[in-house]
Amino acid sequence: MSDAQIGRNGDNGTPSKGDWPLYEVFVRGKRGLNHVHVGSLHAADDTMALTHARDLYTRRNEGVSIWVVRSSHIAASTRDEKDPFFAPSADKVYRHPTFYDIPDDVPHI
Amino acid sequence: MSSTEAADDDHVYLSLAEGHDDGDARWAFGTGFSDPLHGVDTAVPDAVDGSALAAVCLALGDDALVASQRLAEWCTRAPELEEEVALANIGLDLLGQARMLYARCGQVDGTDRREDAYAYFRAPADFRNVALVELPNGDFALSIARLLILSTWRLALLSRLAGTSDPVLAAIAAKAVPELTYHRQYAADWVVRLGDGTEESHRRMRAALRELAPYVEELLTATGDTVPGILAAPDTGTEAVREETLGVLRQVLAAAGLDLPERPAAPYRGRGGEHTEHLAPLLEELQSVAREHPEATW
Amino acid sequence: MAAGPARAAEQDEDRDPGAESRLQAGFDATIGKDQRIEPRDWMPEGYRRTLVRQIAQHAHSEIIGMQPEGEWITRAPSLRRKAILFAKVQDEAGHGLYLYSAAETLGADRADLTERLISGRQKYSSIFNYPTPTFADVGVIGWFVDGAAICNQVPLCRSSYGPYARAMVRICKEESFHQRQGYELLLTMMRGTQAQRAMVQDAVDRWWWPSLMMFGPPDGDSPNSAASMAWKIKRHTNDELRQRFVDMTVPQAEKLGVTLPDPQLRWNEKRGRHDFGTPDWSELKRVIAGDGPCNDERVARRTAAHEDGAWVREAAAAHAAKQAARAQARTHEGAAA
Repeated sequence: MSDAQIGRNGDNGTPSKGDWPLYEVFVRGKRGLNHVHVGSLHAADDTMALTHARDLYTRRNEGVSIWVVRSSHIAASTRDEKDPFFAPSADKVYRHPTFYDIPDDVPHI
Repeated sequence: MSSTEAADDDHVYLSLAEGHDDGDARWAFGTGFSDPLHGVDTAVPDAVDGSALAAVCLALGDDALVASQRLAEWCTRAPELEEEVALANIGLDLLGQARMLYARCGQVDGTDRREDAYAYFRAPADFRNVALVELPNGDFALSIARLLILSTWRLALLSRLAGTSDPVLAAIAAKAVPELTYHRQYAADWVVRLGDGTEESHRRMRAALRELAPYVEELLTATGDTVPGILAAPDTGTEAVREETLGVLRQVLAAAGLDLPERPAAPYRGRGGEHTEHLAPLLEELQSVAREHPEATW
Repeated sequence: MAAGPARAAEQDEDRDPGAESRLQAGFDATIGKDQRIEPRDWMPEGYRRTLVRQIAQHAHSEIIGMQPEGEWITRAPSLRRKAILFAKVQDEAGHGLYLYSAAETLGADRADLTERLISGRQKYSSIFNYPTPTFADVGVIGWFVDGAAICNQVPLCRSSYGPYARAMVRICKEESFHQRQGYELLLTMMRGTQAQRAMVQDAVDRWWWPSLMMFGPPDGDSPNSAASMAWKIKRHTNDELRQRFVDMTVPQAEKLGVTLPDPQLRWNEKRGRHDFGTPDWSELKRVIAGDGPCNDERVARRTAAHEDGAWVREAAAAHAAKQAARAQARTHEGAAA
């Protein structure tokens, strides 16, 4: 089964055929600057991810440059490489690919 | 640290109360932050027929307003949150185009009316939009197929109008071209996805094209209804727009494993005020509050 | 901070026994120095859970909050107001997306959060369960509801969790436009006809108390506040923020020429702040419990959009999978040749 079909955040979630994978979005606001991570979004494929990124994070400001990459394709260092906890060090971008249960009686904040 | 924090908070509060230089522009067009008509001379050039110019502005303005109204109906109903944002962007672009076109119409048709007079205080028979834009939204496939047809035709036309001899209409068209290029790309991407995706999406897209096919001819003919006398080079007009529109549609639909079915043209002529039964209720909703309070200012 | 010990222990059973307390100390030191916690940092389970809950609820509020005003886009009485409202409601979809994105850095999954919203297991701000019968409601929502949201959210720009704080910076910038457009609409309406002025006062009367309730129950009755404050997820108590909102709004109401519907509302010279009446907390409880005027309608709309869109999302995923397979087939052909 392809990643697009698995969908979930990472490679570890419950398969669901309609869920789009998570992409990280990097935007260069103007010439001379680096691309900066601005957030994430869901898209079925790279083209859609770019379209959505332009709509959502730049409000289609012409002239900015956008990179998108599947979150599951990013290898990330840990903050503290000597932590025995995190071996191997080149881990997924987010440490917790599965959902953590939230109590159902959510009080008003 | 905590005193700095308090100061930070105060700073943000204070800045909320300050004026913002870009004012309405942030809202009025959703995307563009500058006035596309800034510095453009609004006098009608001698060579331009004012009433023909007004007719073009009204027709294209009505197409845009009605299409935008249909896109607004998608709000909170889109198939995914990212598509909420995309559909609203397109709706806002078209609304912005309608406003500028109405404003130009009011300058040249001798009535000195403002944009709201055109949108809110005309009867359905006075609207000049094509029937395609007034059809109900249907499902996402129908709305997307309509968007592809409309934006393909509109881009073909406005990219030519960007060279027209009226400087204001030319500036409006020039601003619209990148917007419409995006609308067409967005719609084309989705038509291909739905055509290729699942059996269900293919079936729905095929049904949508079958439903819309009868309205394409009116659109292509409507170019000829309004444009002569406006285009600087008329030979780039109706036929070229028709060819480009059909060519792009064929290309996109082929990539999606679809085609545009041959069907008899629908009997409506929106440019002459002959509309489907769907326009009146659309306008009734659009105009309801404005007409309930005719003396009010908003 | 002992929340979720079973899960944490299960997951971490093979680590050395001193590790958790060292990690906890590192986490506490980061919070203590007012630095940000970032997604891959170790964090106590309770911190993660509280954040996911709060951010998800906030995201749901943005998305459900599109509905009461969204109903007026097609009826807005001028094209300028139509464009403003359309853009504003679009911003709310964007804010919802920024927030879901922040929640996903904590391991939450948006499809799952949406499922929790439509099944009623996660809440959204109770304010969006009130109806919007007139166009003046658009203005009053901007003024009160977005104003209250700003009071709540500006301090969250310094929330200890980095992705949440960064999302809030972006959101607060846009919210300031929202509040201004609402107030400006009301100013214009108050200069209009008698009927318009009456519409504004009526909307103010209906939205004032629900807006005060947006800050949550009184501090004495807000069990989660203490932990959130200690973790610097939250920076001010409910009552502090409520007071701030009242003090900010009273002079604006005077300038507008409307009366806030609270006979006990008056300036207290000694405190240097306004005294005001007590909201009907039983109403808040009722609305949260699902018995507000529009709860069912709001969730039904969101559910319908999600379900009606399922075939579209599936089609896009299927197309992406086919395209990937085609690309792979081409690569193989290329390699074979």
